[in-house]
Amino acid sequence: MSDSGLSLALAQGGIEFKQFVRTRESLVFTLLFPVMLMLIFGSIFSDVIITPPGVSPAVTLSQYFVTGMIASGIMSTGFQNLAITIPIERDRGVLKRYRSTPMPKWIYFAGKILNVAVLALLSIVLLLAVAVAFYDITLPDTGQKWFTFAWVSVLGLTACTLCGIAFSGVAKSGRSGPAVVTPIALILQFTSGVFFEYSDLPPWMQQFAALFPLKWMCQGLRSVFLPADFAAQEVGGSYELGKVALVLGAWCVGGLVLCLLGFRWTTRRDG
Amino acid sequence: MTDEELAISVSGLRKSYRDNQAVAGVDLAVRRGEVFALLGPNGAGKTTTVEILEGFRQRDGGDVSVLGVDPAKAGADWRKRIGIVLQGTGEFDELKVGEVVRHFARFYPNASDPAEVIERVGLSDKANSRTHTLSGGQKRRLDVALGIVNRPELLFLDEPTTGFDPAARREFWDLIRQLSHQGTTILLTTHYLDEAEALADRVGVINRGAMVAVSTPAELGGRHQATARVGWREDGQARFEQTDHPTDAVRRLSERFGGEVPELTVTRPTLEDIYLEMLGEKEEQQ
Ligand SMILES: Nc1ncnc2c1ncn2[C@@H]1O[C@H](COP(=O)(O)OP(=O)(O)OP(=O)(O)O)[C@@H](O)[C@H]1O
Ligand SMILES: [Mg+2]
Repeated sequence: MSDSGLSLALAQGGIEFKQFVRTRESLVFTLLFPVMLMLIFGSIFSDVIITPPGVSPAVTLSQYFVTGMIASGIMSTGFQNLAITIPIERDRGVLKRYRSTPMPKWIYFAGKILNVAVLALLSIVLLLAVAVAFYDITLPDTGQKWFTFAWVSVLGLTACTLCGIAFSGVAKSGRSGPAVVTPIALILQFTSGVFFEYSDLPPWMQQFAALFPLKWMCQGLRSVFLPADFAAQEVGGSYELGKVALVLGAWCVGGLVLCLLGFRWTTRRDG
Repeated sequence: MTDEELAISVSGLRKSYRDNQAVAGVDLAVRRGEVFALLGPNGAGKTTTVEILEGFRQRDGGDVSVLGVDPAKAGADWRKRIGIVLQGTGEFDELKVGEVVRHFARFYPNASDPAEVIERVGLSDKANSRTHTLSGGQKRRLDVALGIVNRPELLFLDEPTTGFDPAARREFWDLIRQLSHQGTTILLTTHYLDEAEALADRVGVINRGAMVAVSTPAELGGRHQATARVGWREDGQARFEQTDHPTDAVRRLSERFGGEVPELTVTRPTLEDIYLEMLGEKEEQQ
């Protein structure tokens, strides 16, 4: 008997997850690489105080950095992961094979999204565990902060996932994927306040980064994990949560439109 | 012939890639329940034609009806009724054979038991292996398994037995015959003339995007009327004679030799002979 849409989507998610965890490269690249970066830079930055002298509680650069790293982890499971793996699947003819069945198209995307959601959760738990263990980060202590944490993560992940799927339509072949996607991610990380303090960056760089989701995800997460007083050091003088929601929401809509317009099931050489 | 009797009906099919006319006005009619083999040299346009019928490629012109539907506009209900084995495989590297077949069976309302399908294509002892560990021929069998898991009314097979060992090819032929007995219409392409002869009710030869002949394997290119060739050895030399009356010729030889004729053979042109001759003539006309 053919399964209902929901159980089919769950099965598709299961297949995606199986393939992911059985591929060592993607496991290392997507989940462990952000953890390694956090350990390396977190240790380098741990003595750098970024609050003005005398301000208490003091904030270290490593505390600032780990919130950015959690945002990067979310971006990595959504954007990099899909933008790299979908073109590979298309090259291998996996997508064409799905199109030869009556499987509704949305099931494929649902499977990807379910897989990404599970991976992002794993990634956040891993990174948060390291941050709490080594870098003076405390878990949110109010329901309000947990709520902010949740919506920033979900909205950010949705935007990144949709952009990852949309981006897969641009990639010419699976082989060129990492070479194109990795620099994009790195540039965003450098300009969005992951490796450097956003407020220290030249204004043109700030304006560039403010066009993309990562900057807003970082800012939203700082509001969760850094002291309320630290907001005074943000460029706008506050964490601007309303703007965070607006920009991430806009990227979700834009990403969805790009997915619907640009997604390809077959390679160009398939005629 | 009415449309209900035809599984596939194509007329004036055209398709170009830039300035390369890959399919130039192909007509094709495949009856329900028929096994039809498309033959033709590399680049003749077989895959292009078949993938247009499967709904993967867009045609430039011509009328196409597959199970009564235009594949360019066909939906999920149509896909439930057809099975596809593409020329190129789709690789699910990290999944096991059984996992892949079970997963694809979920997409269909009346799928066969996955274990039984795996058994039918001879992969039972590989059911728990990752697909990237399969040999070339075994990967091809997995493709076939995915093509038949939905008990299709119409099965497309684009060079299905490439990479099969001789025994596997015979087993595959048996499988195709069983499917055909159960009423499945089959359109296959192949470069193996013995395969076409063993399986096909009719064959069509495509060359440079045009259908140059359609016939039963026995009658292709006037093969059934072709003269026989009687060969023997005499005075240390191979001799032969082309004749319409080979029995007569053998009797005369037997009388001459007073019994056994050394190294006697009586042959008619194979399908391959006829096919190559046909394409050769075609070349000369160019
Ligand atoms: N996606 C494509 N883009 C451009 N040209 C193509 C494409 N697919 C096929 N062709 C060209 O169209 C012609 C027919 O190709 P096709 O794949 O249909 O041949 P075929 O009969 O299946 O050959 P083979 O026996 O080698 O599989 C060839 O000249 C080929 O180069
Ligand atoms: Mg071909």
